[in-house]
Amino acid sequence: MATDINGFLPDSAFQLDVAAQDWKDAIRLAGQGLVNAGFTTDAYTDEMIETVEKMGPYIVIAPGLALAHSRPSDAVLETGLSWVRLSTPVKFGNEANDPVSLVIGLAGRDENEHVSVMSAIAGSLSDAEKTRKLAAAKSPEEIRAILNS
Amino acid sequence: MNILCVCGNGIGTSVLLKVNVEQVSADLGMDVTVTTSDAGSAKGTANMNDLVLTSPQLAPELEGVTTPVETVQNFMDKDEIKGILERYND
Repeated sequence: MATDINGFLPDSAFQLDVAAQDWKDAIRLAGQGLVNAGFTTDAYTDEMIETVEKMGPYIVIAPGLALAHSRPSDAVLETGLSWVRLSTPVKFGNEANDPVSLVIGLAGRDENEHVSVMSAIAGSLSDAEKTRKLAAAKSPEEIRAILNS
Repeated sequence: MNILCVCGNGIGTSVLLKVNVEQVSADLGMDVTVTTSDAGSAKGTANMNDLVLTSPQLAPELEGVTTPVETVQNFMDKDEIKGILERYND
């Protein structure tokens, strides 16, 4: 399925092999990617951290993978994602799925706009071979190509 | 059958779960309609569904719901999702 991955995950939304002190820092990096790409304002980053503080580390939805997000708000300018690959995995307090090495930031204006790109991500991250390739990919371009494959 | 995927905000993890539930259902030949919701409104809409799927951390928010609630540990593990759906496939 062809999706507008380039639009939802532009180069500026990526931070590959960066260091985070802790889970809040990791979410801040994901928030920075969303801000850099023009998808959100800084306020959304705080909202993503508040989501975890209020509802717990449920955003760690698979081993090593956190989907940082909050709800649609004024802080969301455009629907889009960010992609943070950590050089050293950090713990979020989710026993089953810690530690986290990939944080995907998500900003959605509604429940629907991002469904196609989420399908591409779900299809890739539920595939062991593609997941391995994503962890080794050297550039945003390479990552988008894997998601599109 | 109708399946409701629940997450904290109804736009992130539940959407990813929905994508994989639809995929697994198709593989199993099950005819399902999957919707997503945030935990708050799920309490009201859960009863219109046959099954509710959510994460272990959010399950306590759904206390009192009469529809069966199953938790998924790894949203990207289609085998785990398949194991749950097979128990409801009749």
